[in-house]
Amino acid sequence: MKWESASQFFAMGGYGLYVWGSYAVALAVVAIEIAMARTRFRRAIAEAPGPETESDAA
Amino acid sequence: MAKINWFYFAAPNTFYPLAGKMIPWFAAAAAILAAIGLYVGFFVAPTDFQQGEGYRIIFVHVPTAWMSMFLYVVMAFWAAIGLAFNTRLSSMMAQAIAPTGALMAFLALWTGSLWGKPMWGAWWVWDARLTSELILLFLYIGFMALQASIDDPRRADRAGAVLAIVGVINVPIIYFSVQWWNTLHQGASVSVMKSPSMASTMLWGMLLMALAFWMYSIAVVLVRVRAIILERERTSDWVRDVKARGAAA
Repeated sequence: MKWESASQFFAMGGYGLYVWGSYAVALAVVAIEIAMARTRFRRAIAEAPGPETESDAA
Repeated sequence: MAKINWFYFAAPNTFYPLAGKMIPWFAAAAAILAAIGLYVGFFVAPTDFQQGEGYRIIFVHVPTAWMSMFLYVVMAFWAAIGLAFNTRLSSMMAQAIAPTGALMAFLALWTGSLWGKPMWGAWWVWDARLTSELILLFLYIGFMALQASIDDPRRADRAGAVLAIVGVINVPIIYFSVQWWNTLHQGASVSVMKSPSMASTMLWGMLLMALAFWMYSIAVVLVRVRAIILERERTSDWVRDVKARGAAA
């Protein structure tokens, strides 16, 4: 193991803010994109005319 | 020899269930590759002799930058196919790729900025590589805005396709910018023409993360393209059937 402690790992040799700032935002962007794509899909399913709409119309 | 009809899946109603089956596999591949890639990047790859631990931004910066360029070419390809052959699904693919491409371009710029500050002393410089990548982000946003501004989806497809195709010229400019101009941004660490100028574990971490972002992009684009198919084909009988069978299947 190249890191001697957790705090050394999080410090990233003094570059912690830059390294973790990169990964945190990347993770957030990916999480938001997944949530938005899934919401859009669920809404598309919900708003698609289904059999019930057909019977309503009939 | 069995002949596969490749055009079979070119129709939205046949592609829709196929995409649904593929999404979990690409998502799982992305998660596994990212886990291995991050392990290699943070626990196996050595400290850089010049940039210390700061270089570890590379494992998210380079893959997102590669994907931002690659996705643009794929988006323009599908847009061009849609324009030339009037195939609905191709244009929907282009539309589904744009937001993911824009996010990759944003992440490349964001992580680059956080890398530039400690290494160059500046969050941003108007260097050829950075500027052309910023133009790529604007091309994605322009493509989405243009399509959103036109009510008729088929006209929006055609207008977007023209913009996407013209914008392709920017991709080689980004790639070769570090050779053509005297940039602050470093040259390519990995190239097809010569052996990579970095430790092999660093390279492996980067390649694994690039594969992870690739698989992720496919998965999220497929989710989005299924939503777009439903939005656009809602009046057709097969959508009614899909909903009758229990929606998500």
